[in-house]
Amino acid sequence: MTVESVFPRLEALLPHVQKPIQYVGGELNSTVKDWDACDVRWALMYPDAYEVGLPNQGTMILYEVLNEREGVLAERSYSVWPDLEALMREHGVPQFTVDAHRPIKAFDVFGLSFSTELGYTNMLTALDLAGIPLNAADRTMDDPVVLAGGHAAFNPEPIADFIDAAVIGDGEQAVLDITDIVRAWKAEGRPGGRDELLLRLAKTGGVYIPRFYDVEYLPDGRIGRVVPNRPGVPWRVSKHTVMDLDEWPYPKQPLVPLAETVHERMSVEIFRGCTRGCRFCQAGMITRPVRERSITGIGEMVEKGLKATGFEEVGLLSLSSADHSEIADITKGLADRYAEDKVGLSLPSTRVDAFNIDLANELSRNGRRSGLTFAPEGGSERIRKVINKMVSEEDLINTVATAYGNGWRQVKLYFMCGLPTETDDDVLQIGTMAKNVIAKGREVTGTNDIRCTVSIGGFVPKPHTPFQWAPQLSAEATDERLTKLRDSIRGDRKFGKNIGFRYHDGKPGIVEGLLSRGDRRIGAVIRAVYEDGGRFDGWREHFSYDRWMASAEKGLAGTGVDVDWYTTRERTYEEVLPWDHLDSGLDKDWLWEDWQDALEEVEVEDCRWTPCFDCGVCPQMDTHIQVGPTGKKLLPLTVVNN
Amino acid sequence: MQRIRLRYTKRGRLRFTSHRDFQRAFERALRRSAVPMAYSAGFTPHPKVSYANAAPTGTASEAEYLEIGLAATRDPEALRRQLDESLPPGLDITDAVEVRTSNFVERLEASEWLLRLAGVEPEQAAKAAATFLAAESVEVQRMTKNGLRTFDARAAVAALELLPDGAPQVGIGDDTLTDGADDVRTGAPCAILRLVVRHATPAVRPDDVLSGLRSTADLAPPVPAEVTRLAQGPLDEQTGTVTDPLALDRAAAEVGR
Repeated sequence: MTVESVFPRLEALLPHVQKPIQYVGGELNSTVKDWDACDVRWALMYPDAYEVGLPNQGTMILYEVLNEREGVLAERSYSVWPDLEALMREHGVPQFTVDAHRPIKAFDVFGLSFSTELGYTNMLTALDLAGIPLNAADRTMDDPVVLAGGHAAFNPEPIADFIDAAVIGDGEQAVLDITDIVRAWKAEGRPGGRDELLLRLAKTGGVYIPRFYDVEYLPDGRIGRVVPNRPGVPWRVSKHTVMDLDEWPYPKQPLVPLAETVHERMSVEIFRGCTRGCRFCQAGMITRPVRERSITGIGEMVEKGLKATGFEEVGLLSLSSADHSEIADITKGLADRYAEDKVGLSLPSTRVDAFNIDLANELSRNGRRSGLTFAPEGGSERIRKVINKMVSEEDLINTVATAYGNGWRQVKLYFMCGLPTETDDDVLQIGTMAKNVIAKGREVTGTNDIRCTVSIGGFVPKPHTPFQWAPQLSAEATDERLTKLRDSIRGDRKFGKNIGFRYHDGKPGIVEGLLSRGDRRIGAVIRAVYEDGGRFDGWREHFSYDRWMASAEKGLAGTGVDVDWYTTRERTYEEVLPWDHLDSGLDKDWLWEDWQDALEEVEVEDCRWTPCFDCGVCPQMDTHIQVGPTGKKLLPLTVVNN
Repeated sequence: MQRIRLRYTKRGRLRFTSHRDFQRAFERALRRSAVPMAYSAGFTPHPKVSYANAAPTGTASEAEYLEIGLAATRDPEALRRQLDESLPPGLDITDAVEVRTSNFVERLEASEWLLRLAGVEPEQAAKAAATFLAAESVEVQRMTKNGLRTFDARAAVAALELLPDGAPQVGIGDDTLTDGADDVRTGAPCAILRLVVRHATPAVRPDDVLSGLRSTADLAPPVPAEVTRLAQGPLDEQTGTVTDPLALDRAAAEVGR
């Protein structure tokens, strides 16, 4: 089958759309392989705008891992903005890849990476534009296998109707294993059709095929059980874990777009996983155990990546970057190496302690010193015990004092509102903390010109966390609480003017909550939203709460359950949760005990520094913690240029 | 500090690159190819690059110009090759001279453009061009940052003529990626206009001349015109041609050798 580029037809539409460059491809380090020389072809989509999707590490890694394989081809696709969508519909141009502008429908596998549930409607847009039936059940041999991955895929039930398969966990090895299965099936002449291919994938125990499971409901609307409906299909599907990060130094050749994107830098993942045990954090729970990349591996990736891209900034990525066992040597080594080249370094996620100021000083050595960001997450000591964020106010104030003493003038603090057991008082203490921070800053610097910005997000309970049973705070209650906090900050004559206050209203959080902890019945809601024109739900200007609520009423009619049932309702120990058959390795009983500990304000240590506390992941997944130190140092690079 | 003037292109699909996009790509190419850039002083040092008169997003160009400052001396041609290799095909560095003269931007007096009008009969385009040229003034409107502006598009036009069949086609489809635009589109008629516009204030763009052709002569191409800048530089009023703005630097460099 010859597959033609849709570019000539697309090109005629581009003069009429905003930022056409995002649709033309040709990024530095992108790959176009010969279609006919490959027998397994992947289209990888990040279902958001190009500017958000292009820098996504997951997509970039899988793109490179797949393209490195002989006979395998991977191309990328992103969501098109409504202006181009309308023109594509008018002129019959299908959803395309940006690499060679091939139609998505021609590929064997259509893989979508969901960092967030808010990309679900964009998936439906892409499927429809591609000419692929929205319902998996309606697809034929002409359609690709639609495969979901990413953190949101740990509960794929809300999109079970639309996807053929889901993979949870690390994708590097998983995409290669799937490739082998698809290749063998095609080589044999596609025996048994689509069904047989999906069955082969399901039998591995590492690919979830929703259609092979039946969900039974109890009269009260809760799930009775989830049962495989085929012989050979496992009861539970396991997550994938890549063990030695040094064996997977991807992306080796990071993509450099012509168009502007949200991250104008190169990223190197310095470790994966986190065992701090923050109870609200889904990423920390589902990516266990901690696996560090070695200091020398990091040095090599930075060096090769900079050469391949020309970026000016390197982000040292992880869930809590200062926790790498050799972070001080890494930052110092890199800052030394690139002092002449004006390469900036950044640590996107850091904890609150004085050690981080040393790091921050090191990182800003080659560049500017703007602001420092910390995430105490909770305003009161009590609520921080509930969420297991072990930071005392004293720690924070000391850290901040050091920061101001070192010349930093602006501190940004992140918090959440709507945490389990939270009261007005817990949230009002956020204001107190900000005032104390400024007071300390004034004391240390002797100037009144000190700023502290408080940024607040709504808490959304997530699957596979100790808070998966927790009631979510309603949008109204969230807004009310934040209004009280705002008034108390604004009303303060001594500090009010120096405190910046940023928050989002509670409505988008409710939709996120509905999708996060939803089950298969939510599929009808997503479809109704899409059909009513819902797109780009992660974008404030496109998101419509009213549309979601109206669609929920329509989609859930006759089920006996509603939005509140999914969001603000507390679950009990016995309840079968929609994602129980997806195995993240975490022992459900351990999660429940941790939830009970949360309610009793009992903290749990990090297993990197204390004995194992039996979360279940390592024995269940046959993995182990992988941390240094290696004792190695980053030596200066030989001067090649000049 | 050595300064070098470069001529570059925006070809094929990369004509959709905006000027900001190009700037980022160019500065990254400088870093990748380890060009010894001079940096501005100050809190956030920037490499010394200045750009002149960039073509609008969506129009191709054979003649864009920029100037860079180097911290160490380099051979212009070697530097050109090095940078060209580092940029994606379509963004090509086609000329480099060492700066020997000032007032470069003032030398960019006019631009020569090709307007490819697919689906338009050549005779119709020729007639429209004649009507346009015959007019005393041609009022056109364009949306600017400060709202809708009305101005004359006629006075700035130094030449507007139909090119005969088989005229060289540059820019569109040339040197693009594998599945780029096909240049040879058979079947439908196609008119190619050559346009020379003086750089004036307000700037008259090819788009404005196209709106002028629509308003004075009812010329309405069925698909968007493909526009390519062929040259910019000093205008020879006698012949209505645009000459090489780097010629003075080149000559000075020869003398200095």
